Amino acid sequence: MRVVIVGCGRVGSTLARLLVERHEVTVVDRTSEAFRRLGSKFQGQKIVGPGTDMDVLKRAGIEGADAFISVTDGDNRNIMAAQIAKKIFNVPQVFTRIYDPSRAAVYAEMGIQTLCTTSTAAGLFCDLVEGRRPDSFMAQLGSYLDAAQKV
Amino acid sequence: MYVIIIGGGNVGYYLTKDLVLAGHEVLLLEKDRARAQRLAEDLGEVAQQGDGCEARVMAEMGFARADVIVAATGEDEDNLIVCQMAKQRFGISRTISRVNSPANEALFAQLGIDTTVSATRLIFNLIEQEIEVDHLIPIAALARGHLEIVSIELSEHSPVLGRAIGEIALPGDAHIIALLRGDKGLLPSPNAILQIGDTVLTLVQQNQESALHGVFSA
Repeated sequence: MRVVIVGCGRVGSTLARLLVERHEVTVVDRTSEAFRRLGSKFQGQKIVGPGTDMDVLKRAGIEGADAFISVTDGDNRNIMAAQIAKKIFNVPQVFTRIYDPSRAAVYAEMGIQTLCTTSTAAGLFCDLVEGRRPDSFMAQLGSYLDAAQKV
Repeated sequence: MYVIIIGGGNVGYYLTKDLVLAGHEVLLLEKDRARAQRLAEDLGEVAQQGDGCEARVMAEMGFARADVIVAATGEDEDNLIVCQMAKQRFGISRTISRVNSPANEALFAQLGIDTTVSATRLIFNLIEQEIEVDHLIPIAALARGHLEIVSIELSEHSPVLGRAIGEIALPGDAHIIALLRGDKGLLPSPNAILQIGDTVLTLVQQNQESALHGVFSA
C-alpha cells in the first residue's frame, strides 16, 4: 500500500515506523526537525510543508495513495487535510485524529473516519477503573476496521 | 441581523465596528484571552473570548440564531472548520469565510462554504487589471466557480466599438448583464452602442472565459 501520513509528532512518527516495514510511506510535516523522530534508518519519504496545501500533498504522492492519516497537533488542520484527501484526491482510506469530542462527533456524522483519542482513552480508563472489559472501546475500534475493510 | 464574527484580528475588528455602526447585532469571538480582553476594553461586550470551533462555546454564543457567520481568522483551516461546524451543528445557511491562500477558494466551495473572500486574490486581480492588455478581469465566481462575472474594459482596438449590444455574438450562454460608462451603470439594452472606455460586465461559464477575449479584444 501507498500511505501518506501528515504530522510527524509522536503518533505520526511511531505509525510511520510501524508501516514502513511493509508499505511505501510518505510523512509530511511543517518542519524538517520533526523528522528526527523517525530515526536515521527510516526508509520512507519525507516532505516538508503544510499538510493542508494541495501542492505539498501532491508532492507527497497523495494522487494514487491507498491510505491517508492526519495526525498533526491541530484538530482543524487534521480535519481539513482529511477532507482534501477524501473529497479532492479520492483516497480510499482516510483517517484523522481529533482531540475535541464535539468536533469529532460532527465530522464523524459528515463521513470522516475520526479517532477521538480523548474520548477513547477516557472510556478505556473508565472501563478499567470500574473493572469492566473495555467493550465500548473495542466496539469503536471495530467500527474503524469495518470502514477500512469496506474499501 | 445577528452576525457572529470569528477571529479578532484586524479584519474581524474593523468589520465588527462597521457592522455595529450599521445597526446590526454583532458578536466578535476571539480565542486568545489577552487579545479578547483588549478587544472588550474597546468594543464592550460585543467582544467575547472563546474558541469558535468548540460546540459548547458556539451554543453559548447563540450560533443557533445567527443569520450570518463570518470566519475571519488568519488560518484557513480554522475558518473552514468554523463554517462547517456552524452549518452541520447549528443549521446556519449563510457562512462567509476569509481565505488566506487563494488556492483554497475552490477547495472551500467544494467543501460547501457559500462565500469566500481572498484579499490575496483581490490584490492580485487589481495588479492584473493594471497590466492586462485587454482589460478582461474575472470579478466574481458564482455557483462554486462554474459561472463567472467578467469585467471587460473596451480599448480603442476593441472590434465591438460602434456596434449595438444586440449584434454581438457571445460564446455559449454568456450574457452581458451591465454596461458601465463613466460613473453611470446602464442595463444592457440591445440597441445600446458600445464606446471606447465602456466597461462591459458579462456572466459567462468558466470554461468560456477565454472565448470572450476573441469577441471583445483586438
